[in-house]
Amino acid sequence: MRMARWLAVLPCFAVLAGPFFLNRVTPFVFGMPLLLAWLVAWIVLTPAIMAVIFWFDPVNREDRQ
Amino acid sequence: MNGALVGIASAAVLALGLGFLARRGRPMGLEQWTVAGRSFGAPLVFLLMAGEIYTTFTFLGASGFAYGRGGPAYYILGYGTVAYTLSYFVMPPIWRYAKEHGLYSQSDFFIRKYDSPTLGAIVSLVGIVALVPYLVLQFKGLGIIVEIAGYGAIGATPAVWIGAAVATAYVMVSGVRGSAWTAVVKDVMILLVVAFLGIYFPVHYYGGLEPMFAAIEQAKPGFTALPARGESVWWFSSTVLLASLGIFMWPHGFVSIYTARSARVIRQNAVILPIYQLILLFVFLVGFAAILQIPGLSGPDVDLALFKLSVKTFDPWLVGVIGAAGVLTALVPGSMILMTAATLLANNLYRRVDRSATDARVVQIAKLMVPVVALVAVYFTLQGGLTIVALLLMGYSFVTQLFPAMILSLADTRWTTREGAAAGIVAGVATVAALGLTRATIGTLFPSLPVEIQEINVGIIALAVNVLVLIAVSVGTRLMTGSHRRPAQAADLT
Repeated sequence: MRMARWLAVLPCFAVLAGPFFLNRVTPFVFGMPLLLAWLVAWIVLTPAIMAVIFWFDPVNREDRQ
Repeated sequence: MNGALVGIASAAVLALGLGFLARRGRPMGLEQWTVAGRSFGAPLVFLLMAGEIYTTFTFLGASGFAYGRGGPAYYILGYGTVAYTLSYFVMPPIWRYAKEHGLYSQSDFFIRKYDSPTLGAIVSLVGIVALVPYLVLQFKGLGIIVEIAGYGAIGATPAVWIGAAVATAYVMVSGVRGSAWTAVVKDVMILLVVAFLGIYFPVHYYGGLEPMFAAIEQAKPGFTALPARGESVWWFSSTVLLASLGIFMWPHGFVSIYTARSARVIRQNAVILPIYQLILLFVFLVGFAAILQIPGLSGPDVDLALFKLSVKTFDPWLVGVIGAAGVLTALVPGSMILMTAATLLANNLYRRVDRSATDARVVQIAKLMVPVVALVAVYFTLQGGLTIVALLLMGYSFVTQLFPAMILSLADTRWTTREGAAAGIVAGVATVAALGLTRATIGTLFPSLPVEIQEINVGIIALAVNVLVLIAVSVGTRLMTGSHRRPAQAADLT
């Protein structure tokens, strides 16, 4: 399941391209300006995505002694 | 001595004490001193990386940046996400190579990969030049903390001297183990303090997050998003990209990869580290809360926002706790940086001159270099003038220039040559310096380009020059020599 590695494209794309569409103060999301909320959301989502990659990546089983 | 200063002083004493304790029972060879015998598991590597990435810059610089500029400060949240994601793929091969070849420093990596001690010396020099502003910003932060949190009892200048002395003593005694254990204390403290402040200030002064942002929006419309011109979306995206390539090219960050026990430990860290950025969110909230409460700070003074607001709000003892956390965020990375710079000078520059030097001799020289580097940084700190973010961005532009030669050297089939790598780095660094001195932007250099392109971070130009020179010289040297240096690589190319 090395294919799972491609999921890593998501956070990079979200952070680099997202602001072009979401550069606004309102609506407030969780009390934060929209752009800030978007970046914060990806801070939380990224570890989840990376955990999936880690879980399915065969190298992590090989490296475990 | 008031309550706040007692807290700050105990933090410094605690750091020193832990440094001494960490050393007990272990002989300090070069490998122990610099990479802790490559024995760290995931928790310690995590703390070491977090410890050097989250520094005074996070504490004072990020809050000051949010206070002074608003939305553009978000770039700091963005680049961590991208950088840690990349680190999952890029760092394990670096670790493996370092372990196989017994490397100590970042320039060792380049020396081995490109089979060129000269390239190693160039990389060391770039590293040292970039580390100095980074160290200066830690000392500058120390000065601010002790001066303001101490209610003026100790001036900024003596505070900088005391901080430098503590950091120096600490590094000379304990090496990297001292850093890792103090980092444990520091991280717990900073996490608690920043989370508390980031929640307390908005609630106390505005009754919550949304009322706070609404009030800011009313006073300064659009301040908490990116402006249409200047630090625009184009600036944001290009700056995030540059910083995320640069983050692991800091000599001390690079070396903390070496301390890991296995490649798996590094991948685990790549999964967890992004979470740690939530600290930055709280720091931003502090900076935003200060906008309407402590109006009127400008220039380098924006870095004072967090402490000014704390002093206005809390009793001295609590300011002392915040100050103590602040002192540790300066001392831990400060000591890492000092040690890295000293090791670079001894192992990669001194050894070039005195080739018969033993490891023991190199350790000795490295320890001697610690106070020398500290003195240089104190000198620049007292010269003053720049904000913390400006200092950091300068260092970043330098280390980012090491990225192309590093990443291309990881490829299975390598077409880059040592001449190409060296020329690329030198050209990139020269461009950074030239652009910095002339304060050029893409707009001033190429006024005919579309507005959007003009706002792209000027560091991209330096990186582009770097890559073009790297390619041209590599291809050129390959054509001229007509053969490939190493048989193994020649085989790879077929």
